[in-house]
Amino acid sequence: MVLNYSQPLEISNLTSWLDSTLRGNLSEFWALLIEFVLVAVVLLTAYAVIALILIYAERKITAFFQARYGPNRVGKWGLLQSVADMVKILLKEIVRINRSDRFLFFAAPFFMIIASMLTFGAIAFGKGLHAIDFNIGVLYVTAVSSLGIIGVLLAGWSSNNKYSMIGAMRSGAQFVSYELSAGFALMTIVVLAGTMQFSTMIEGQRYCWNIFNGHISSIIAFVIYLISGHAETNRGPFDLPEAESELTAGYHTEYSGLQFGFYYLAEYLNMFIIASIATTVFLGGYMPIQVHGWDGFNQIMAYIPTYVWFFGKTAVLIFLSLWVRWSFPRLRIDQLLNLEWKYLLPINLVNLLLMVILVLTGFTLTGLFPGLF
Amino acid sequence: MNRVYIASDYEPVLIQFFVALSFVVIVMVVTHLIISTRKRVRTLKKEENFECGIDIQGNARFPFSIKYFLIAILFVLFDVEVIFFYPWAVNFRDTDWSGFLDMMLFVLIFVFGFFYIYKKGALDWNKEQE
Repeated sequence: MVLNYSQPLEISNLTSWLDSTLRGNLSEFWALLIEFVLVAVVLLTAYAVIALILIYAERKITAFFQARYGPNRVGKWGLLQSVADMVKILLKEIVRINRSDRFLFFAAPFFMIIASMLTFGAIAFGKGLHAIDFNIGVLYVTAVSSLGIIGVLLAGWSSNNKYSMIGAMRSGAQFVSYELSAGFALMTIVVLAGTMQFSTMIEGQRYCWNIFNGHISSIIAFVIYLISGHAETNRGPFDLPEAESELTAGYHTEYSGLQFGFYYLAEYLNMFIIASIATTVFLGGYMPIQVHGWDGFNQIMAYIPTYVWFFGKTAVLIFLSLWVRWSFPRLRIDQLLNLEWKYLLPINLVNLLLMVILVLTGFTLTGLFPGLF
Repeated sequence: MNRVYIASDYEPVLIQFFVALSFVVIVMVVTHLIISTRKRVRTLKKEENFECGIDIQGNARFPFSIKYFLIAILFVLFDVEVIFFYPWAVNFRDTDWSGFLDMMLFVLIFVFGFFYIYKKGALDWNKEQE
């Protein structure tokens, strides 16, 4: 039984009111057009705002880990630091490189940012806050997010710079390797949930999150997904492509001004996207914590809006990612590839089969205790 | 529940693509307009590749370690195999154990291929070439 509590703070109230008003006053075509434009504007704003918040948060948290202050001059507690940085990066000159391949050099950041924006649209931020939602959601996300690597490889090749070239090659090898693991880990949960659609997947986790439902198998998949997501975004101990002590800045060494800004933006957004996909698939997405039968408790939990739950869970995962980043030394390229090909890939394959057996024999939590969930 | 999806259900992807493209293009044009009000200084040194301040040595399009290419090829093979898993992963409840056994055959081939490249030394990134 699905209970519907009144949720006064929910944004979906606003959107459904807007929808009915527009449809009531305008023809179908114009109403749809206006809605499309509104959704696009909201998504773009969210994209930029989330990136700014993430950059500030990362700098502050990094400073906390390294026992220093971090940004504290612009605005109260340095709150306006990333806004100032953004304005500055918009005004910077874009330097052309003599020996670069002009067209590819110009086109490379576009791939990166468009790939991350396409993935961004498929995230469910809350109930009714979901722009792209169809039956192949998980497959779409894995497919589109891997387009970003084309931008990295093009950037490295077209800059005609040795650092860029080495950085891009490393990044390419690392990204495609860990893409396999991420795909397998997500597939393990697709097996459990029986659907690839994000909205159905989230609804199915109302009383039992996927990470608990598939117990052993789910937890292994979750850890592997976090590791490979970390590696895909070139962060933490896996930041070989931009290892600043050996490669200056890796594949974006030659980029300046806004073009560099695009790479910067896409990198932070990819971190957010990885965290939010992990939230959606493993941790119940925007679903509040609900326990079957505890109606009072459920009502209190459901009173907190769904987007708060979503951003809360995502923030925890992002904090975890930063924690890992500042806790482990950087890997060597052969260690990195060994970890993927010799450990994660076989473990993943076995894990997938284990999950299938768990589901078929009914040893998942919902299978074992059907009354509880 | 089992709704059939048609091509027009995937239109949001196209719309999102054009939104993203137009965002990038508009921001590029706007900043270009702002920047072009200033005088542009072009010198040979400025537009050279960055190589930590020393003169550039040769070209960056040099022969690269074959291992990176090998990874890319292996990835293509394995990723296609992963894609074959997806339809089964969604529908395996309908095929039950017989489908599972059929899939085990596929996994066997997968593992055999993996074992082969492992033994062939394709995953030894550090070994010196004789």
